Amino acid sequence: MSASSAFNDEKGGSSSVGEPEYGHDPASGGIFSSDYKRHDDLKEMLDSNKDSLKLEAMKRIVAMIARGKNASDLFPAVVKNVACKNIEVKKLVYVYLVRYAEEQQDLALLSISTFQRGLKDPNQLIRASALRVLSSIRVTIIVPIMMLAIKEAASDMSPYVRKTAAHAIPKLYSLDPEQKDQLIEVIEKLLADKTTLVAGSVVMAFEEVCPERIDLIHKNYRKLCNLLIDVEEWGQVVIINMLTRYARTQFLNPNMNESLLEEGSGGDRTFYGSDEDEDEDEEEKEKKAETPAMAKRKPYVMDPDHRLLLRNTKPLLQSRNAAVVMAVAQLYFHLAPKAEVGVIAKALVRLLRSHSEVQYVVLQNVATMTIKRRGMFEPYLKSFYIRSTDPTQIKVLKLEVLTNLANETNISTILREFQTYIKSMDKDFVAATIQAIGRCATNIGEVRDTCLNGLVQLLSNRDELVVAESVVVIKKLLQMQPEKHSDIIKHMAKLTDNIQVPMARASILWLIGEYCEHVPKIAPDVLRKMAKSFTNEEDIVKLQIINLAAKLYLTNSKQTKLLTQYVLNLAKYDQNYDIRDRARFIRQLIVPTEKSGALSKYAKKLFLALKPAPVLESPFKDRDHFQLGSLSHLLNAKAGGYQELPDWPEAAPDPSVRNVEVKDSVFTLLERVTTLTSVPEWTKCSSREKRKEKKVEKPFYSDSEGESGPTESADSESDSASGSESGSGSEESASRSESEESEDGSESEEEEEEEEEEKEKKKKKKELKKPVQESESEQSSEEEERKHQRKTKQRKSDSESESDEDEESESESSQSESEESESEAEVKKKKKAAESKPPSKPVKKESKKEKKEMSLLDLDDFEPAPSPQVTPVNTFLSNSLVTDLEGLSLSDTVLSPATIAPSSALKNYELLHRITGEGLSVEYCFSRQPFSPDANMVAVQMQFTNNATADTKNLHIEDVKLQSGMRVKEFSEIELLPAGETATAVMGIDFCDSTQAANFQLCTHTRKFFVSIQPPVGELMRPVFLTENEFKKEQGQLMGMNEITEKLTLDMKCRNEHTIVQRVTTAANLSRVPCGSDKECRFAGRTVSSSSLVLVTVATKEEGAAQLTVNCEKMVIGTMLVKDILLALTQ
Amino acid sequence: MIHSLFLINHTGDIFLEKHWKSVIGRSVCDYFFEAREKAVEPENVPPVLQTPHHYLISIYRGKLFFLSVIQTEVPPLFVIEFLHRVADTIQDYFGECSEGVIKDNVVTVYELLEEMLDNGFPLATESNVLKEMIRPPTILRSVVNTLTGASNVGDTLPTGQLSNVPWRRVGVKYTNNEAYFDVIEEIDAILDKSGTTVFAEIQGVIEACVRLTGMPDLTLSFMNPRLLDDVSFHPCVRFKRWESERVLSFIPPDGNFTLMNYHVSSQNLVAIPVYVKQSISFFETGPCGRLDITIGPKQTMGKTVEGLMVTIHMPKAVLSANLTATQGTYTYDLATKVLVWDIGKLNPQKLPNLKGSLTTQAGTPKPEDNPSLNIDLKIQQLAISGLKVSRLDMYGEKYKPFKGVKYLTKAGKFQVRT
Repeated sequence: MSASSAFNDEKGGSSSVGEPEYGHDPASGGIFSSDYKRHDDLKEMLDSNKDSLKLEAMKRIVAMIARGKNASDLFPAVVKNVACKNIEVKKLVYVYLVRYAEEQQDLALLSISTFQRGLKDPNQLIRASALRVLSSIRVTIIVPIMMLAIKEAASDMSPYVRKTAAHAIPKLYSLDPEQKDQLIEVIEKLLADKTTLVAGSVVMAFEEVCPERIDLIHKNYRKLCNLLIDVEEWGQVVIINMLTRYARTQFLNPNMNESLLEEGSGGDRTFYGSDEDEDEDEEEKEKKAETPAMAKRKPYVMDPDHRLLLRNTKPLLQSRNAAVVMAVAQLYFHLAPKAEVGVIAKALVRLLRSHSEVQYVVLQNVATMTIKRRGMFEPYLKSFYIRSTDPTQIKVLKLEVLTNLANETNISTILREFQTYIKSMDKDFVAATIQAIGRCATNIGEVRDTCLNGLVQLLSNRDELVVAESVVVIKKLLQMQPEKHSDIIKHMAKLTDNIQVPMARASILWLIGEYCEHVPKIAPDVLRKMAKSFTNEEDIVKLQIINLAAKLYLTNSKQTKLLTQYVLNLAKYDQNYDIRDRARFIRQLIVPTEKSGALSKYAKKLFLALKPAPVLESPFKDRDHFQLGSLSHLLNAKAGGYQELPDWPEAAPDPSVRNVEVKDSVFTLLERVTTLTSVPEWTKCSSREKRKEKKVEKPFYSDSEGESGPTESADSESDSASGSESGSGSEESASRSESEESEDGSESEEEEEEEEEEKEKKKKKKELKKPVQESESEQSSEEEERKHQRKTKQRKSDSESESDEDEESESESSQSESEESESEAEVKKKKKAAESKPPSKPVKKESKKEKKEMSLLDLDDFEPAPSPQVTPVNTFLSNSLVTDLEGLSLSDTVLSPATIAPSSALKNYELLHRITGEGLSVEYCFSRQPFSPDANMVAVQMQFTNNATADTKNLHIEDVKLQSGMRVKEFSEIELLPAGETATAVMGIDFCDSTQAANFQLCTHTRKFFVSIQPPVGELMRPVFLTENEFKKEQGQLMGMNEITEKLTLDMKCRNEHTIVQRVTTAANLSRVPCGSDKECRFAGRTVSSSSLVLVTVATKEEGAAQLTVNCEKMVIGTMLVKDILLALTQ
Repeated sequence: MIHSLFLINHTGDIFLEKHWKSVIGRSVCDYFFEAREKAVEPENVPPVLQTPHHYLISIYRGKLFFLSVIQTEVPPLFVIEFLHRVADTIQDYFGECSEGVIKDNVVTVYELLEEMLDNGFPLATESNVLKEMIRPPTILRSVVNTLTGASNVGDTLPTGQLSNVPWRRVGVKYTNNEAYFDVIEEIDAILDKSGTTVFAEIQGVIEACVRLTGMPDLTLSFMNPRLLDDVSFHPCVRFKRWESERVLSFIPPDGNFTLMNYHVSSQNLVAIPVYVKQSISFFETGPCGRLDITIGPKQTMGKTVEGLMVTIHMPKAVLSANLTATQGTYTYDLATKVLVWDIGKLNPQKLPNLKGSLTTQAGTPKPEDNPSLNIDLKIQQLAISGLKVSRLDMYGEKYKPFKGVKYLTKAGKFQVRT
């Protein structure tokens, strides 16, 4: 009852206004009883069963929080609703929790389990939001839970969740700095992430947690550079700022030679202006150039990585986000060679059109830049002209820039402009203008007299402030050349009657005292007047009067002796002790008495020493030791957490640390065989991978782009890379004929598919024997063996008898290879070299021999070859007859002998490293064969190697986590994998034409490993055969947005048709389409899941120019494919 | 990064606060109020203030201060740009960014702030993504909401954040497919007393309103792209294509957005559409002055100048103005000392003139300088730089959209010195 009545109340109250009124009205909240009563209402509403009531209550509570009202006493009532099904209520409860959990830690713990459940939710957004809230409630007790959650989320398959994990890192760090080490591990892991979504956030975390660990960046440097353009704008700012610091530690100063000069001349500069005389500088430069220091210098060559950074950040100057533009600008300012810095000027000037706060910051930075590099902004001089409507702070900054830009050529325009400013109504601004004129006068000798005259005219200005400011500036100017200007001094002496501003009066008095010899008649008179008004003057004026008196006493004691004594006596009884002290001090100095010692002799020297003229300097001088664009730079003081911009290193640190180990995986025997020209092929492939790291193309589909790459971490690659070398060792002779044979072989298989398995095998053996006779290649034996293996899978044990001989030799070699690859891997790790070495035949042979004894002993016959590529054919044959038929139906498209592209190299990816897998290592490759149980799946062939000493049992897959729509067909369980053995299996994954990873657990009888398989886009399709006409027809239907065209320049090695075909088919599983013109290569395929047509055309022109066209109705696939093929061709 | 945000109205009330990390007391704003006091004009408050423990970065928009509290080093522009983005978002959601609107929608605003930052670091700032998570209010929805008690939180989870085109949501549907582009150019100029141009440049912006179904891929090309000197783009524009072909190729966000900003190369002479003959003088003797302003067309390319308006910030000493305008009306605000002459359409046959006397405060010296005139004007169907859109092509969708391009020239910061 009570609840419903409360409800009615609320309804009446809130629906009319739409929100609670008492929040507006502090008075109603002030009455305690009613306040509490209202909270009781809220509690009842929260306890009710109706979502609408709860929602209403939560809205009111959030409104209270927003207004800064205390709602903490509602905590117990609110926290109960954390598990509420209604998503709106839930969201508001989260908001409440984040705000008050810190205050009510014990109660907050009640909600933790809900979030933990949320972390396991299949929906990535729920996982992310659970992590977000969990990490936002600042309760120290749950640190371990947070740590666990972050670690898990960091390897989540959804990039969005990983991004949230990156966000959570600094939260946890601020809660408990002790977790730093563990957090750094997570950061390291996330830094290796290739998605643009994550990049910005993780760099942010890096900056907050461990900015000093610059070593973590090395490996990711190039990737970050390349991803940069696709990262969201806020991330770009953070990454650019971080890379600026990084580059300062890793590269050499591109302006090395100049900066030496600058330093040198900087020291020589005295009081006469910093940046005034260009020619003077020039002279100095020439002088310096001859010094031995310069002779030592080496020609500077820019590190390609340094260049990469500059090149990739430049387009961001076109960003709509002022912060990004500023970040790029500061990067160029700090890192670019002098000649290139100019590009940023235009963009910065553009920002001056933006909001006044943006202008304020930009102008501050421009002011600093103009001191160092004036030429850069000179063409934009007029953009800094001041409007009467600008806020004062902007006006003053613009003035600063204009002053910095002034030189002999433009000074007249600037001065004319200044003249209009002096008339402004804004007096602060006028004062600043006068200062600016003074600075121009000191800096540019030619206009000194003009400026001085102008300023003197201002002395008759009606505004006192203007006059006063002028006096101060004139004083400074006169100090430079007093002889010439005694009439100005006289003029100023007259002003003492009128000017009341103390600073100005003091300045005039000082001038007269200092140059009393130039105005011998006036000076005593001024002193007389001053003595009269002494008691009414301000302190600074009094001090100057004493000063003037002393100076006059020393030069003209006849006339002024009495006056001086009078002034000193007045001062002696002044209220200000400073003045009393000064009077006493001066009396002792100038009036010789018995006691006054040696000093009085030097009184004249003391008072009338030649004083250097003051330097009128920009307040922005030397501000550039702060990183531009930073808060510290703006404040000209180090802000908390500011990372110093390091100085350039003397010698560049080792650039190879940035080399990323080649992703290339094992190129096993078969790969070599199937490859046309084996050696160039694999080298090409590896370098293609490298290119992938370097690519600069502007991808629009950045997120998916990132995901297209394999997910393994970089360090686990070495093994596989070495594998590829060893693999290629002996089989360089593998030639086209062989690959065709293999094709033939598979074709024949297909033909025979209907037949009984036994028969089929025998037949095939025979057929395969033919090519073997011709060339004793391993290929055939492998085929054999594979068949064999397939058989063993079905009927475990009875395989030994068959083809013993073949088997043995094969397995030996394979074994030795794997051994070798391991040892080499270790060497490699040490070297950290990414390039694959030339195949070392002799070594291999040796190891073969060594191995022989061993392997002879423990090898089982069904030891599979390490070359899995062809296997799927056989394996899938071995499945049921029905599926074979399916395979057959595909086969005619797959194998159209004349037109099909020569089969291409297949790449192995690492699924599980033998160290993480505790001895079990797993590799996979996309076999490019139809997956027979389900034609919509991509066949993934896995190769398991048991490197451990114990047997591994019950290898199977569990807990498959997939994006919606994706499916997996698991391979049948491998019951036993003895130590040292290798087994292969094929699984099918329906990737739904996306490059999302398939995540699952690989289980053995003892352990579970989280692994994921991510397909390159080229593997998501299968070849189809089209005629030229069909191709054209289909292409005509896939125009417009479905067509993506890129221009490219072909790699030198890649200018013949043959290589083009080969490279394209390596990059993507497509088949060649016949074409009348030899200037064009066409390829066709269909995506595996949705059978969307993929058409690729490469049209070549002269000198390696070419145009790549991809038509595909799946835009994402199309775009990614373009990138991949582009890489393959341009490398 | 950004620790807390306070929204402060012009009278100095904090009417909304949001903390992304632990709570910071309101007293931190006192430093700001101090600076505000000192600055006299709200525009003159320094955007960045240093306090013993915090840094305050603020922007002034729509008579409101957005004051953020920072504890550690962060690029100030980063914060400023973000605060403006917040204001933009509020404007986008509720039509305007004012105290009243924010107070009326305080829960939605609070939720928006929650989504936009995570731990002080921007999370979702794209309006399309935000709109999927928190629906903007419409009249219909607010009626439904009051009846059903639902709020504006989206009940489906957004997909945009994960889509390949982060600025566009999937599954957009319209019955009328339209794409409108407004090419708006602003003339920034300073003219001196004699009418000579001290400085003039053209800044342009292309505002788009695209309501198209599905995932259209648009290409906008210009007749004379060479005119464009410096450009900045919405992230949707493919920079590569611009560099190589000088066309704008993009998948548009849904709804209203700014496609690009540009600056017309300064080599081209800027046409100044009007001339101003003015004389403002104050007499040495007697508390009065004289004002006489005539405006005439100069280079209007045969179009009519509309919305003509002259704003003059008079010296403080001017008490009142007794003027007659041959066309339009004038007002003189005694408090702010701003004289506004709203002329309207410029008739070349009969030039508008404003003439009369000014009364200055007795006893004060005559104002030393003359105030400058700020001119406002509009010319429809003309881009003063001569920029022309040649065509708009759509790929990727089958239907025929309705396309339209509108040109408009405005006076930007157009100032005549006297």
